[in-house]
Amino acid sequence: MIATFSINGRTRDVDVQPNQTLLDVLRDTLGIFDLKEGCSEGVCGACTVLLDGRPVSSCLILGLSARRRRIMTVRGLAGDGELHPLQQAFLRHGAVQCGFCTPGMLLTGLAFLERHPNADRAAIREALAGNLCRCTGYAKILDALEAYARELNGRG
Amino acid sequence: MHPFEYLAPESLDETLAILARYGDEAKVLAGGQSLLPILNYRLAQPAHVVDINGLPLEGMRLENGRLRFGALTRHATLEESADIRHHCPLLSEAARLIGNVRVRSLGTLGGSLVHADPAAELPMVMLALDARFTLASTRGVRTVPARSFFTGYLSTTIEADELLTEIDVSATPAMGYAVEEISRRAGDFAIVAVAALVRIDRRGRVDDARLAFAGAAPTPVRVSQAEEVLSGHEPTVERVAQAAAAARAAAQPESDTFVSAAYRRLLSGVLARRALARAVSRALEAA
Repeated sequence: MIATFSINGRTRDVDVQPNQTLLDVLRDTLGIFDLKEGCSEGVCGACTVLLDGRPVSSCLILGLSARRRRIMTVRGLAGDGELHPLQQAFLRHGAVQCGFCTPGMLLTGLAFLERHPNADRAAIREALAGNLCRCTGYAKILDALEAYARELNGRG
Repeated sequence: MHPFEYLAPESLDETLAILARYGDEAKVLAGGQSLLPILNYRLAQPAHVVDINGLPLEGMRLENGRLRFGALTRHATLEESADIRHHCPLLSEAARLIGNVRVRSLGTLGGSLVHADPAAELPMVMLALDARFTLASTRGVRTVPARSFFTGYLSTTIEADELLTEIDVSATPAMGYAVEEISRRAGDFAIVAVAALVRIDRRGRVDDARLAFAGAAPTPVRVSQAEEVLSGHEPTVERVAQAAAAARAAAQPESDTFVSAAYRRLLSGVLARRALARAVSRALEAA
């Protein structure tokens, strides 16, 4: 069936099967590859997208359930060729190794810091507990998020 | 995933008619954080998936000292709502421990209760809170106490044509509370979890003690043996230790691939003591 999606601020009509997850729709049907398929069971965080501003596993929601809701992938972060300040913080702190977990880390971190701008390192760590980095580069990811939080609070 | 018919009813009546018509062949989709993995692995292959997220069943309202939750209230709401934290802090503390942040964005209170994983936090907390569940079908509406809802591993008294619509609990703002759990990795289901509620009267004695376990039996359970040790007594360190020992003796855990029954039993006692001690100190602050 044809369903309407709002992806990174753009409305798109897509032919969707009931048994497709949102991950299937975004990657296989629409060719949006900036979210990754890791575990397919909601554990790894690689397929994270923001749904109405909250992080969800796109492998654990049917495509049809995401109709008419605001979907944001990591591509929605950068505007007009300029990287988002959080992306810049990741670059500055060397928080990207193989890059597979990075979209999920960025979106989860961003959504959390928007709700909890005064979060300390321990709280950020807890919020990211569901995002796995197989390069194990957690320290630099936390460094980048912490630095971004300080910038947000004018303590940069 | 296998092919199925996707239905997204927009009213309760429409939903109940679908469930009455298809019974076992339909699966209700709420937050989907347990159902989607099951579908992804083809562990269940329902012919019809009934997405109820269009129903107005989200949020909490206060009524005569009771909190009434729509079945679609998200874990994130339980975790973040200042109202819920004030009136029922046990629920907020438990919600923080569920899965990961993505599970809490979508997962629902009603979904967790009907799925009835014996190691899940919310069924255990509902037992401690003496919650009541409202089940609706085209045959009518019935209310089931949490204590008789969970019947076995992933099993409840809900019939195939029924929908859990509302969960109500009494407000417990003046009770000390605590949830303790141990899991192998962050985000895993608990090996054992404990919920404790304690109220202390003016004479400094416990007049209401409630303890519930998850992961210590095929269903979540209340531990009346431990509650009786505390009730009517001053909650001294020794008394709390006795209650925890009674809880440990009452636990009937099973072994699985990862964890032995003996270790679960050990954890039951340790976590019961920690939870009761923390609930008692909060109750003393509140008294």
